[in-house]
Amino acid sequence: MDAIFLQILNGLDKGSAYALIALGLTLIFGTLGVVNFAHGALFMIGAFVAVTLSKVLAISKVVLDPERLDFLGNPAKIKTPYVIEWFGSFGEWMIDYTIPLSLLLTIPIMIIIGVVMERGLIRHFYKRPHADQILVTFGLAIVLQELIKIFFGSEAVPMQTPDTFTGALDIGIWFGFNPGSVIYPYWRLVYFFFAAVVIGGVFSFLRFTTFGMVVRAGMADRETVGLLGINIDKKFTIMFGVAAAVAGTAGAMYTGVNQPVFHMGMDFLVLSFVVVVVGGMGSLPGAVAAGFLLGVLESFASMPGVKNAFEAIGLPSIDQIIIYLVAVIILLVRPRGLMGKVGVMEE
Amino acid sequence: MSNFKVNRRGLLKSGAVIGAGVAMPTIFTASSAAAYTNEPTGGTVTLGFNVPQTGAYADEGADELRAYQLAVQHLNGEGDGGMMNTFSSSELQGNGILGKQVVFVTGDTQTKSDAARASAQSMIQKDGAVMITGGSSSGVAIAVQGLCQEAGVIFMAGLTHSNDTTGKDKKANGFRHFFNGYMSAAALAPVLEARYGSDRNAYHLTADYTWGWTQQESIAAATEAVGWNTVANVLTPLTATDFSSYIAPVLNSGADVLVLNHYGGNMINSLTSAVQFGLRDKMVNGKQFEIVVPLYSRLMARGAGENVKGILGSTNWHWSLQDEGSKAFVQSFGQAYGFPPSQAAHTVYCQTLLYADACQRAGTFNPCGIAEALEGFDFDGLGNGPTHYRGSDHQCFKDVLVVQGKENPTSEFDLLEVVEVTPRAQVEYAVDHPMFAGGALGSCNDGS
Repeated sequence: MDAIFLQILNGLDKGSAYALIALGLTLIFGTLGVVNFAHGALFMIGAFVAVTLSKVLAISKVVLDPERLDFLGNPAKIKTPYVIEWFGSFGEWMIDYTIPLSLLLTIPIMIIIGVVMERGLIRHFYKRPHADQILVTFGLAIVLQELIKIFFGSEAVPMQTPDTFTGALDIGIWFGFNPGSVIYPYWRLVYFFFAAVVIGGVFSFLRFTTFGMVVRAGMADRETVGLLGINIDKKFTIMFGVAAAVAGTAGAMYTGVNQPVFHMGMDFLVLSFVVVVVGGMGSLPGAVAAGFLLGVLESFASMPGVKNAFEAIGLPSIDQIIIYLVAVIILLVRPRGLMGKVGVMEE
Repeated sequence: MSNFKVNRRGLLKSGAVIGAGVAMPTIFTASSAAAYTNEPTGGTVTLGFNVPQTGAYADEGADELRAYQLAVQHLNGEGDGGMMNTFSSSELQGNGILGKQVVFVTGDTQTKSDAARASAQSMIQKDGAVMITGGSSSGVAIAVQGLCQEAGVIFMAGLTHSNDTTGKDKKANGFRHFFNGYMSAAALAPVLEARYGSDRNAYHLTADYTWGWTQQESIAAATEAVGWNTVANVLTPLTATDFSSYIAPVLNSGADVLVLNHYGGNMINSLTSAVQFGLRDKMVNGKQFEIVVPLYSRLMARGAGENVKGILGSTNWHWSLQDEGSKAFVQSFGQAYGFPPSQAAHTVYCQTLLYADACQRAGTFNPCGIAEALEGFDFDGLGNGPTHYRGSDHQCFKDVLVVQGKENPTSEFDLLEVVEVTPRAQVEYAVDHPMFAGGALGSCNDGS
């Protein structure tokens, strides 16, 4: 039972990342009708905004220590970050909290990137077939990925979570399990709650603000909203920026879960696209529900018991294909997805 | 009187025959003119460096390329000579190989077997490379080794750790300086027993490809031989990025050791997840839970950050070694690039020197002559102590380093510390050992 509970937690945690990326992906499809294959790259750029901040905070004053030698036998360089030199313990706190602090930079940077991407490139493809949109956005994703690799290298960049959130919580005792049987990392719990807050924020923004009401109206009937004299294109451009910010913040916070690497966006992109398809193209609740659902299914499929059961009957384990298997079944049985609009993807 | 007539049909036939002759790749025609594939005829000899320049192992590939460039400089008499000054063989004089200046071409393996074969083939056919070397993956090494065997050139493997490279997939034209999964296990097991005792339950997470399988088989056998019990072995896809769902079941499995048969990004992510789940702070069966990473690299340890502290593993070579060869190489590489070399850089540098030396001793670039010179060759001064290139499987035998993530690193490079140098005799095995069984070395192919 404790193993199942753990995998549910894992699934919700994995699903958080899927849901956050899929939310932006489906938001862009729902508003602009564009299949944005560069969305994973936005997740990756968000992560590297956090990396950049960590590198900036690590810029150090260098003093040569003649008593210690480096690997070539020269005096060793002793580095002290300037933020610690200037601000003392506050500087140490800034370095410790680099990942959460990076959100302050990530949000505006990602909104700008999103708006520039939409105005500079993607708007030229609105009236082109989806295949063209996929090709250009996928090409853009590759370019962005390679640029990040040029600047940060191909190896993972180590990032540390704040000391307060390092380690794991014995969450099982809250639910009646034996002590030590259900342990879960603090930062993964933080990530789950962060995802819940962001998803709640986006839904509230669309539901309870005038801007959100106009966007929803535009998603339902763009032409009519335009005829009412509302500049719906401008609002959709802003929504593209919001979607980029959601992906970017998801990426920045994810650096505490896994060490960021240049191809992390691609790793998530295809999975998130499948999540959108399963949830229903353009359906925000569908994307979120499918994200968590597929995350949980993937976690269960990774359990040794499940893998062994498949191997016992001569089949390969399904942990890496479960998501695609579900997508195939959904597309066959309900082409519009779990919560998709009637008619979308059904013709 | 001649009856020679030119008609349309005859002209077309002749044109087709001549055209086909002109268009035929030189690799098929060279054998008639040259004694072996890509026999150097001018003042230069071309080596082909096939390394990952893009993809997940591009940093490792870049380090290999730096070492290759350094080796070429040294062979041509430039720079400080590096390990040529400490190499026990004195054949290399800094005047190229057999008096020919060494030039090189590079290919990008992308860490994909098909791409690696394509780039190796291009270097052989278009650039006239007489030897191919490099790589950071066993799958790639095995694929390129097979190609070189068919093409009739020597393959000096780079970073490849699977038993299969010199086991069931060994080839007469292929040579490996790097150690393998069996050797890692044979070196690690006694240290693990000394540190953690003989009553341990190990849970293995294994990358689902040739290297992972042979590494797991080796470390499981070696640890079981010292009394450990293998609780489970879970294969993880090479493409996995989040290992939390594989780590979580470890918590209640009864295991008190987690063995991560992962490399590169897999290792960084699985180790990070394991540490996040508090495994290192956990007590199981009254014992401290431990994590083991059988194959380490410094570049990988850097990616894993503080998570590597205190964790045991093995490595082929480390820049902190104090023998004359290692010091000379670190000095030479460090002066050129500003940081110490990785084990990948070391092994490819050694392979280049070993190839050049074999050419000198054989007095030819003929792959069969070189193979004969390398088989059974004993040497020293290249950083691993006395080393033997075994003739029956083309595997190098030398001391193996057991390393541990350093608790208090003094620099960004100072991540691993050598805790034991396992003597060569302890990691040697018979050529027909079951883990290396199957396949045959075959006979050398010079392409003629």
